[in-house]
Amino acid sequence: MSTARERILVRVRDAVAGGRKDGSRAELEQRMEQAPPLIRPKLHGDLIARFREKLMQGSGTFEQCDTPDEVPAVVFAYLQTNGVAAKIRVAPALQDAAWGEELEVSYGNTRGDHPVSVTPAFCAVAETGSVVLLSSDKSPTSLNFLPDVHIVIVDKDQVVSHIEDVWVKLRALGEIPRTVNFITGPSKTADVEQTLQIGAHGPRDLHVILIAS
Amino acid sequence: MESHSHDFKRAAARAVVDEQLKGALAKAQDGFVGKRAQVVETLPEFEQLREQGKTIGDHVLANLDYYLERYEAAVVKHGGQVHWAETSEDAQNIVRDICKRVDAKRVIKGKSMISEEVALNEALESSGLDVVESDLGEYILQLAKEPPSHIIAPAIHKTKAQIAELFYNAHRKLGYDKKLDSVPDLVNEAREVLRSRYLEADVGITGANFLIAETGSNIIVTNEGNGDLSCTLPRVHIVTASIDKVVPTLDDASALLRLLARSATGQEFTSYTTLSTGPRRAADPDGPEEYHVVLVDNGRTEMLAGEFREMLRCIRCGACMNHCPVYGAIGGHSYGWVYPGPMGSVLTPHFLGLKEAGDLANACTLNGRCASVCPMKIPLPDLLREHRRHQFEAKLAPRMASFALAYWGFLAKRPKLYQPLTALGMRVMGMLGRRKGRFRSLPMVGSWTDTRDLPAPQGKTFYKVWRKQRTLPVETKMGNKVDQGKGSELRVFAFLTIVLAPILAVVLVGGYGLLVWMFQLIAGPPTQ
Repeated sequence: MSTARERILVRVRDAVAGGRKDGSRAELEQRMEQAPPLIRPKLHGDLIARFREKLMQGSGTFEQCDTPDEVPAVVFAYLQTNGVAAKIRVAPALQDAAWGEELEVSYGNTRGDHPVSVTPAFCAVAETGSVVLLSSDKSPTSLNFLPDVHIVIVDKDQVVSHIEDVWVKLRALGEIPRTVNFITGPSKTADVEQTLQIGAHGPRDLHVILIAS
Repeated sequence: MESHSHDFKRAAARAVVDEQLKGALAKAQDGFVGKRAQVVETLPEFEQLREQGKTIGDHVLANLDYYLERYEAAVVKHGGQVHWAETSEDAQNIVRDICKRVDAKRVIKGKSMISEEVALNEALESSGLDVVESDLGEYILQLAKEPPSHIIAPAIHKTKAQIAELFYNAHRKLGYDKKLDSVPDLVNEAREVLRSRYLEADVGITGANFLIAETGSNIIVTNEGNGDLSCTLPRVHIVTASIDKVVPTLDDASALLRLLARSATGQEFTSYTTLSTGPRRAADPDGPEEYHVVLVDNGRTEMLAGEFREMLRCIRCGACMNHCPVYGAIGGHSYGWVYPGPMGSVLTPHFLGLKEAGDLANACTLNGRCASVCPMKIPLPDLLREHRRHQFEAKLAPRMASFALAYWGFLAKRPKLYQPLTALGMRVMGMLGRRKGRFRSLPMVGSWTDTRDLPAPQGKTFYKVWRKQRTLPVETKMGNKVDQGKGSELRVFAFLTIVLAPILAVVLVGGYGLLVWMFQLIAGPPTQ
């Protein structure tokens, strides 16, 4: 007896058989290796300015600092300004930063009991204003969704121009991680009377700190 | 979901007089249409991207067997499992069996149209599982026990007050005893209630906007982050997706992502675009231990083989319904099943049969807006016309409509007869309606004039006006373009001469009498 898989694939094959040219399997393999050149929207001006503009369009906030050493102070000031307790859950990837005395810091993932998270980014996309985060023991995905405030640290060199540039970097890793998140602003919904409301299920604030050095 | 599509006409008639629905739909359509137009205007490449989207879609469909196998191999390589479901029941059983095997009690769901199509919630609930929808719109409808009325804004028809009432009734037992009246309060309460449901859930079920053959990943696109939580926190992640969701590479996915949010909500990019590939890696502190994909056919291979193949390019953005005047007048529930609007009117008759859902294809003015905004360039009006043709051929169309079409077809193919007849008709109607400029009611066409006025013709036919403006030799062109089979034409002709001619003669004489009578009603009796 044939399986559902075989029956579905047979029906698909029968349906497409007429339209396929000989030797196209090699062409398909080739296309998988190297997708045909696809249209990329033209971006104008400075990549970082574009990233900032698009991030803010999606209700994210942006801040720039000069060196990695400034990050703890910038995080502290941001939380103070927004009236949030200076208690942060930090991705283990950022364990080596000198977080200082002012911030209460712990490392690891979360089950929802941490109001603020600080995570690194894999890269940032100027085209869309997104930060891209990869899951790993050093950067647990739960930190991207459960806290009320999500702070993402990204380096100037990590800003790429198009989504396709992220794919290039991902392929270079050799192995795709379990989760790749493109994050372009805080969680939001318009499901009640088409009224935009920030903070549906995930973070109410997405703050990106870009290190310019 | 059980279909009510056979009841389409009555449901639509009820919907057009529903003032509250009218308000909700107008607001939503204006918002979606305006935002899309804005965002498209800022991207000069948009039309090229649509063309490219079509090319990618056609390429995938022409080689779907190859890409499905490549995709499956990539999922397996990353430690996931692929299950193939031929029917709704198969899909239900597969998901139910996984839940049973992992001893699941609670399921949290991200938004998935295919899970609506295969009636997954009902099936899981009937086996004793506790299933919670996490998309806010879907959650509202789950409380209301209603199907979605829009594919991306499922609760578009609900007012704030109705939602407040639903929340009050459902959340009171959880200690929320205040009736809310603001949007932020409603969203916050749902956030609090659902937060624990994510954390308690054993299984998370999401849909997929795309499946990527290159990596074996599924992509979901959300603004709320609900799908992303659903696939991160529970110990098992099940993806339900139809076989047409597969794309070759990550690059193809990004090409289509550029079209999706712009066409759907008028955003350039949604808050969250998430790729999930296999279960959590050994060192990962969170993420599911098992990753399953249920690939659903449920009628799509037949579509692939036939004239509706192009419909499989659909990326479920909802732009067609946002721009559809019929959807805007009757809302999604009138369509009676899972998919509303133009895309639903193509899909539903295909999935459920013309007998059940044939009326959907007739609820279209062929204005073409849906096709002009479809990011994948699906010729929706043409596909709807295909359904109509099949309906006519299978003699499923209402007898009166078939008869009228045959009669009109006979005349329209004989310009020498058609032109003087329509000219006469237009002149008479123009004279009769000259005073008010419109008819409030007309005999025989009550179904039109019951709900709207018929504008009085200006007295000239379209043909005359057109011909005056253009000096093309129209007549010969029109005469040659007719391509209906000779046999059926002969049959129609025989029917018309033998059966209809006597009836027509009576009707014409009677009609003339009616005209005289009506003329005298207006102009007074003849003087003696």
